[in-house]
Amino acid sequence: MTFSVLLQSIISGMLVGGVYALIGIGLTIIFGVMRVINFAHGDIMMVGMYLTFFLFTLLGIDPFVSVLITMPLMFLFGALMQKVFINRVLSALPQNQILLTIGLGLIMSNSAMLAFTSDYKILTTSYSSSSYSLGGISISQPLLISFLITCAITVGLYWFLMRTDTGQAIRATAQDREAAQLMGINVKWMSILSFGIGSAMAGTAGALIAPTYYIFPQVGSAFTLKAFVITVLGGMGSIIGATLGGIIIGLVESVSAVTISSEWKDVVVFAIFLLVLLIKPSGLMGKSRL
Amino acid sequence: MLTINKLNFSYGDMQVLWNIDLAVHEGEIVTVVGANGSGKSTTLKNISRLVAPQSGNIDFQGENINSLESHQVVERGLVQVPEGRKIFPEMTVLENLRMGSFIKSARPTREANVERVFTMFPRLKERQKQLGGTMSGGEQQMLAIARGLMTNPKLLLLDEPSLGLSPLFVKIIFEIIQEINKQGVTILLVEQNVFQSLKISDRAYVLETGRIVLSGTGSELLSNDHVKKAFLGM
Repeated sequence: MTFSVLLQSIISGMLVGGVYALIGIGLTIIFGVMRVINFAHGDIMMVGMYLTFFLFTLLGIDPFVSVLITMPLMFLFGALMQKVFINRVLSALPQNQILLTIGLGLIMSNSAMLAFTSDYKILTTSYSSSSYSLGGISISQPLLISFLITCAITVGLYWFLMRTDTGQAIRATAQDREAAQLMGINVKWMSILSFGIGSAMAGTAGALIAPTYYIFPQVGSAFTLKAFVITVLGGMGSIIGATLGGIIIGLVESVSAVTISSEWKDVVVFAIFLLVLLIKPSGLMGKSRL
Repeated sequence: MLTINKLNFSYGDMQVLWNIDLAVHEGEIVTVVGANGSGKSTTLKNISRLVAPQSGNIDFQGENINSLESHQVVERGLVQVPEGRKIFPEMTVLENLRMGSFIKSARPTREANVERVFTMFPRLKERQKQLGGTMSGGEQQMLAIARGLMTNPKLLLLDEPSLGLSPLFVKIIFEIIQEINKQGVTILLVEQNVFQSLKISDRAYVLETGRIVLSGTGSELLSNDHVKKAFLGM
């Protein structure tokens, strides 16, 4: 294996990791504010993928442009889910919350199967397989674009959370729910907003990987697990942790696929995951919150 | 201003408040004293609607607030500084204060209020960029009170503000409470520091195992035999 192959895999790992980070950030915001682990996260992403697929095939909207439609729609989808279902179990036992989110995820994936069959769908754009060449290293065009969009969204979200009153109120709710209530913050509304944002992130990630990934109803479960690993690795509730976690997982997958073999990449990912947790059980960024 | 009528409350099967009657008039400092577990904090939680009363009425400025949510109670000007300060740990002092003026009615006075509480607590001004979670107990208590003031409260509920503080900070906190009251904020104080709090109170109630057993002016209760024996060790 040459050095350029390694460099190549590092770069594509980083690019994929950016999208993973987006999925992880969504999960970590939901967990940070509600203390609920959203086991339907990957399925929400799947809904985003199908949305992107149909916007492209039926209306001819480019997947990357369709983010502008997918993101607000998925926000509403998540906000509605929170308002109708999750808000009812916020003070329930964790196992009940887990059952609810798993159930919602199953309903989503099975509805998708019913509506669209379990056939794999492929979204092929004119640039799906095109790439830029840079000093002997080729950079996939769709991956690069999706990475740039991810960066913009992450920066925008960070700005929203740190610089706006509503963003700060979401952080306050995550840090001390009762104190937030005593400051006149409507924590139920903040929960709806957070689940909306988390879903928008997952849905957007779905849109961004749609041009490079197979689209099928069960695609979510693998990503739920991935999102969970990313957020635990980075430290539950930390946005910087989730970003870091996403990029690390992307890198490890990509580099171990070329250096060992692609069947072994999950083994390496989980080995590193366990190793980090053994050394730092609270995750890379520790207990820090939103 | 605040009238509580026959308030009952239970945690599960355990009733912790029994027919509480309590009133706070505008401009007063009213204290509820009582031992640990007598139901003082639970009373405040009921007023702030962090928990829902089982029966009885809570009226604030002529409006029944039983069916309001906590954030709506705050919007009415009824604000609690909770026990244990409950500072937002990952926010700076300034961010904590700005959260205090989250409600719409407090936004226009935000900058003026920041200046006001900085004059009141110069130490907070010095530490405005420090994370709330890294401050000492006394500083956090100052921040908690200052954050409460940022909401422009009409009635400020203070839950054990002197708990766990050094004698110097206890003295400062009690002075501050009087100063806030002089600026026109009505105070309902819950305290275990019976002597200090009765001294500054217009009126006070004694709570024992969830029932109000005594009430009167601060000086009446200070000279009451039961209070002396039960709380002041005399």
